Amino acid sequence: MRDVAIIGVGMTKWGELWEKSLRTIFTETALLAIADAGVDKIDSMVVGCMSSGLFIGQEHLSSLLADELGRTPVPAARVESACSSGGLALRQGFIEVASGMSDVVLVGGVEKMTDVTGCEATYALGTAADQEYESYHGLTFPGLYAMMAVAHMHRYGTTREQLAMVAVKNHDNGSRNPLAQFPFKITVDAVLNSVLVADPLRILDCSPITDGAAAVILCPADMARKLKKPVVRIAGCGQATDTMALASRKDLAWLESTHIAAGKALAMAGRKLEEMDLFEVHDCFTIAEIMVTEALGLVEKGRGGKAVEEGLTARDGRFPVNPSGGLKAKGHPVGATGVAQAVEIVKQLRGQAGDRQIKGAKRGLAQNMGGTGGSSVVHIFEAE
Amino acid sequence: MPTPSRYWREIPQRYRMEAGKCKACGFIAFPPRVVCPACGAREFIPAKLADGGKLLTYTIIRVPPQPFEDQAPYAVGIAELDDGVKLTAQVVDCDFADIKVGLRVRLEFRKLSEDGEAGVIYYGYKFVPE
Amino acid sequence: MAGIIGYGAYIPRNRIRVEEIAKVWGADAPSFKKGLMLEEKSVPSPDQDTITMAVEGSKRALKRAGIDPREIGAVYVGSESHPYAVKPSGTVLAEAIGATPDVHTADLEFACKAGTEGMFIALSLVQAGAVKYALAVGADTSQGAPGDALEYSAAAGAAAFIFGKDKVVAEVLETYSHTTDMPDFWRREYQYYPQHGGRFTGEPAYFAHVMGAARGTMSRAGMKPSDFRYVIFHQPNGKFPLRVGEMLGFTKAQIEPGWLVSKLGNTYSGSSPLGLTATLDVSAAGDKILLVSYGSGAGSDGFVLRVTERIDEVRDLAPRTRYLLDSNKVYLEYGAYAKYRGKIRKAE
Repeated sequence: MRDVAIIGVGMTKWGELWEKSLRTIFTETALLAIADAGVDKIDSMVVGCMSSGLFIGQEHLSSLLADELGRTPVPAARVESACSSGGLALRQGFIEVASGMSDVVLVGGVEKMTDVTGCEATYALGTAADQEYESYHGLTFPGLYAMMAVAHMHRYGTTREQLAMVAVKNHDNGSRNPLAQFPFKITVDAVLNSVLVADPLRILDCSPITDGAAAVILCPADMARKLKKPVVRIAGCGQATDTMALASRKDLAWLESTHIAAGKALAMAGRKLEEMDLFEVHDCFTIAEIMVTEALGLVEKGRGGKAVEEGLTARDGRFPVNPSGGLKAKGHPVGATGVAQAVEIVKQLRGQAGDRQIKGAKRGLAQNMGGTGGSSVVHIFEAE
Repeated sequence: MPTPSRYWREIPQRYRMEAGKCKACGFIAFPPRVVCPACGAREFIPAKLADGGKLLTYTIIRVPPQPFEDQAPYAVGIAELDDGVKLTAQVVDCDFADIKVGLRVRLEFRKLSEDGEAGVIYYGYKFVPE
Repeated sequence: MAGIIGYGAYIPRNRIRVEEIAKVWGADAPSFKKGLMLEEKSVPSPDQDTITMAVEGSKRALKRAGIDPREIGAVYVGSESHPYAVKPSGTVLAEAIGATPDVHTADLEFACKAGTEGMFIALSLVQAGAVKYALAVGADTSQGAPGDALEYSAAAGAAAFIFGKDKVVAEVLETYSHTTDMPDFWRREYQYYPQHGGRFTGEPAYFAHVMGAARGTMSRAGMKPSDFRYVIFHQPNGKFPLRVGEMLGFTKAQIEPGWLVSKLGNTYSGSSPLGLTATLDVSAAGDKILLVSYGSGAGSDGFVLRVTERIDEVRDLAPRTRYLLDSNKVYLEYGAYAKYRGKIRKAE
């Protein structure tokens, strides 16, 4: 397997982009990545998108986006694993370059979520859950994560305030991200007084509905060195699945797929968790970040709430988590998120993260997750 | 929302709680499956779920999906039935304040939703406090 | 001798008081309460309908009957609020209790007496030897038009009876039906609410047919009111069954155990059937019971039943009717009631 580097990144402002279609959003973002990479030829495209079919009635994104980018007949694929579609796209691109199948691969993620009503969007997102035995009973994603929160709070004493602190921290980080959907700070009080979505989760515990895209250009590390580009390698990649339905999990308050995927990625990279300088994780809901920090091994099982309270995962903490603002402040255009995590880490490892810069960052870990943890993808990035 | 055929296919599970018990290891699959997730075996014998258990977790859905718009707020929970199977369903016929982890519940036949006023009515099971 | 081998009741938890309805329409609550002898009625939750109540009532009947549901050869649901106009409530019920596929079914409608009509058919199939066991359910979630007198009483409930020849709990000694054509209360297809003839629904309708059926049944059975321990009449309001009982020569004590309406409302096809389940709950071996239903359009079914010793074994295998009526009640305001009953006009 060849070493794989990321030589270009692109991301545009995320939010409710009424004037822009999915095609425009993706194309503009991809062009930024291509320009950043300074390449002409692209050998292959992989796009992550959860549900263009339900959101805009459009499938066959491989053809559509290759066409819009003016790059036909480039081979292209659209991959899907719910909210980890972006991370999965990165993994597929990585495999193509590592295997020698392709040299330059464009990996993108995109989601256009605001062309439907809130109820329709909730329904579309709900297709990541078990349709016949969860969604049939009226469950939503906030509802599923709320049940995980209740189990976690009941067993470990995690508090409502600790959940709120995750959102506050991520907004604090996101207030320094000009591309974020919500680049402003919030308070614990604001979270605790925001409207209930699925008890105990409130609207400010939940990542938003967002339009947006992110893109990276992959190539063999040798090619990157020859091009005299700052070389950021994908040093490790791991993926794992778990049961679809939350009720089928052995432990309702634990993310086993993240735990396994992280182990695989670290093993491939030959690194220990403590060697990571920053983490971009899947805070679709505040409780998710708490559970992810436990599953990654940043903290002991059950101590994720305490950890955020103690500042372990703050920008200046021992393990900075979500310096970009996370899904909460940056936004969560579903298929784009996993790729945006890579964009942030690459910028950080290049020293290009502006106000958000984690000093001396050399290694980063991105964790992207689908559903209630039915799929997890973890990537490890290292600067040379 | 299921189509008529998707709804009809799950009737034995939704109306009668029919499950499959792995012949090799005893794992109870609800709904029944082709492959046992515990041991990989492929032979099952018919089984019926226990009709009660206790809540492991729950929430109150306040922002509903279609077609549950008119029903919100409603409670949903995961219960561990007396046979060890974990099941997801709404929790009805009680005040939200009375729902707690550990609450004993039994199953009752209720209407889940419908495909509008002219469409198919979707029935199934819900939890009712014992 | 054939008869009831298992019975079960289902009453939803919600209630609404007469005062609450009267308040919204500017009506005089005390006069309605007095005139109708009614205090409150049951209200189905939005996730309950004739089918869900029939299923739960039937499961309770199965618990008392102690039979394999696959041996039920016929299933009838009598209601004037079947969830579908075309597609039987009976098939969902039969499927849910495990009686399919070797079973007859079709839905019945005869205003408030569709339940007892189903009981007659189920009994007759068993008597004829055509089936081993047959299930009949009277269930309704009927609508009263907003602001109409019937809104105070239109309620929800279900009563299920399994008939058979062995392990009988109450033998059926006699049946009779008294039927004429009359437009006292009706609902046309595609109309949401029923209409009625006001005071015309009293003497020439309810009273004439109930008395015709009661007298006809007793005459065929060679019995008189004092031969019965209990009597149950259809209960559109609290007054009518007490008055018709008096007119026929029954005492209040005979009527009392099955007289649920003042706290339940009129459960239409479930009305006299629930009166029967409540009466069976307190009866003893040897008791004779007269059941007289009434359905607008119009007709009355009469049954003479004799309770066996088996009542003591089965009575508490499922919840008693009075327990369902009196416990775990949730009182609704009119707004929630109107929302639950689909009376609020929403956007398309």
